Amino acid sequence: MVYQNFASIVNYEQLANDIFKIRVKCPQIARKAQAGQFVHILCGEKTLRRPISIACVDGDDILLVYAVRGEGTQWLSEQKAGQKLDIIGPLGNGFPVFDKRVLLVGGGIGVPPVLQCAMNMNSDVVLGFRNAEQVILEDEFSAKCGKLIVCTEDCSHGTHGLVTPSMETLLRERQYGAVLSCGPAPMLKAVAELAARYDTPCFVSLEERMGCGVGACLVCAAKVRRKDSEEYLRVCKDGPVFDAREVVWEC
Amino acid sequence: MLNVNICGINFKNPVITASGTYGFGKDYADFFPLEKLGGIACKGTTLHPRPGNAPPRIAETPSGMLNSVGLQNPGVDRFIEHELPWLLEQNTVIIANAAGAAVEDYVENVSKMSSSGVHMIELNISCPNVKEGGVAFGTSCGSVGSIVGAAKKVSANVPLIVKLSPNVSNISEIARSAEAAGADALSLINTITGMKIDAETRRPILRNNVGGLSGPAILPVAVRMVWEVRRAVKLPIIGMGGVTTWRDAAELILAGADAIQIGTACFTDPYAPLKIIEGLENWVKSQGCTNIRELSGAVESY
Repeated sequence: MVYQNFASIVNYEQLANDIFKIRVKCPQIARKAQAGQFVHILCGEKTLRRPISIACVDGDDILLVYAVRGEGTQWLSEQKAGQKLDIIGPLGNGFPVFDKRVLLVGGGIGVPPVLQCAMNMNSDVVLGFRNAEQVILEDEFSAKCGKLIVCTEDCSHGTHGLVTPSMETLLRERQYGAVLSCGPAPMLKAVAELAARYDTPCFVSLEERMGCGVGACLVCAAKVRRKDSEEYLRVCKDGPVFDAREVVWEC
Repeated sequence: MLNVNICGINFKNPVITASGTYGFGKDYADFFPLEKLGGIACKGTTLHPRPGNAPPRIAETPSGMLNSVGLQNPGVDRFIEHELPWLLEQNTVIIANAAGAAVEDYVENVSKMSSSGVHMIELNISCPNVKEGGVAFGTSCGSVGSIVGAAKKVSANVPLIVKLSPNVSNISEIARSAEAAGADALSLINTITGMKIDAETRRPILRNNVGGLSGPAILPVAVRMVWEVRRAVKLPIIGMGGVTTWRDAAELILAGADAIQIGTACFTDPYAPLKIIEGLENWVKSQGCTNIRELSGAVESY
């Protein structure tokens, strides 16, 4: 079931230069939300809503973490606590839940969508950022995950480099139930290949420019291979989380 | 007060969701019962399945958006078998939308649709996002005449609505050609061809380079074209293009539309159709009328 809620902004927090965390009260959506799902937010006078993944659920509230990328997210970052947002959700297919320990891999603004997985499942996590200024949600993951490795590309915080070498270190140490990942497409492709090499199921959350957000307009297409034939599926409705073995990478 | 009759089909209100923006209805059924709608124009369907264009397929523009979906659809057989039975239970008018790349495809497609139980067929000769067919059929009077004539021969007793492209120099002439070839009604406008380029990367946003513009930005074009076509033909007109509020719908009706379609507005607000229906009801009352029909074409032009 999908709801339209007029949700109060409880509070705002700036996590990094262009990254904001916003807590909104929307009991209907919070009750139904699953890890990896998203909400569609009306941003002022913009024609199109902005899809933002649900970082985590806390009682009647949901937490959203987003980067200011354009006019819509800029508008969102200028709203104040107490104001109401027109939100539709929860939308899409989230991450599957595993009993066995999972390995979470997040990159940049793809880190927040895997936070709820850390809340729901036993997990280790590898987080990747460009530099120390961009590092977000380290404490939140640290509180829930067994092992936590933070990587920065410029070596300004944690381990130096991309997420994949750290991920491989952990994959060598134990057999995980699955790798659950969100981040830029080239990172996801590398994560998927590595998981396949270690014979571990892998689920990735994809991003694409969206229209309706509910599956009707077919603009957010992701190429997927099923039964030897390739087809475009809807990121908003069939995804955003896909089985990595089915994704046809176009990067 | 809002019920209208188009080609013998009764609509409980003149608000129809537009093809390509509402899928086959199901995706929006969580928000309100679809029976509240006057009708649903289904996603454009071709004889054979089509994969659609590579993404990105959407770009936001001032007061609107561009799309280049490219008629991704499961094909007419799957539409009839998997989507239509559920749709026909929704107690609203179901309009199939037929698209194609060649005259023979349209004929076979329309022929299958006409025996499927759909209430009306909208002939899509105006899709701007496919390389062959689509808008190519809809932009010259000769080809409009031949495709409409051929479709009409196989549409049996299912009313045929011809959906017109705005990407023409004289829409009245195209409308007259469709009427002469036997169209039962017209719908207009489809999207206006447009383009958006990223200044930094020098790349178009759409992978298809160009796409169809929809949303509030195109309403004045739609109003003008409905007004022109109303004066050119006697056929019923379903107006569309950028309708977001009841006032927008009222403009199209005053310009000459018998019913209207809503597309992009549902992306902004899934409840837009209900708000427009309510607004139109109050408008008809405030104009001292008993039925919205009395206001169709009632613009007092200078």
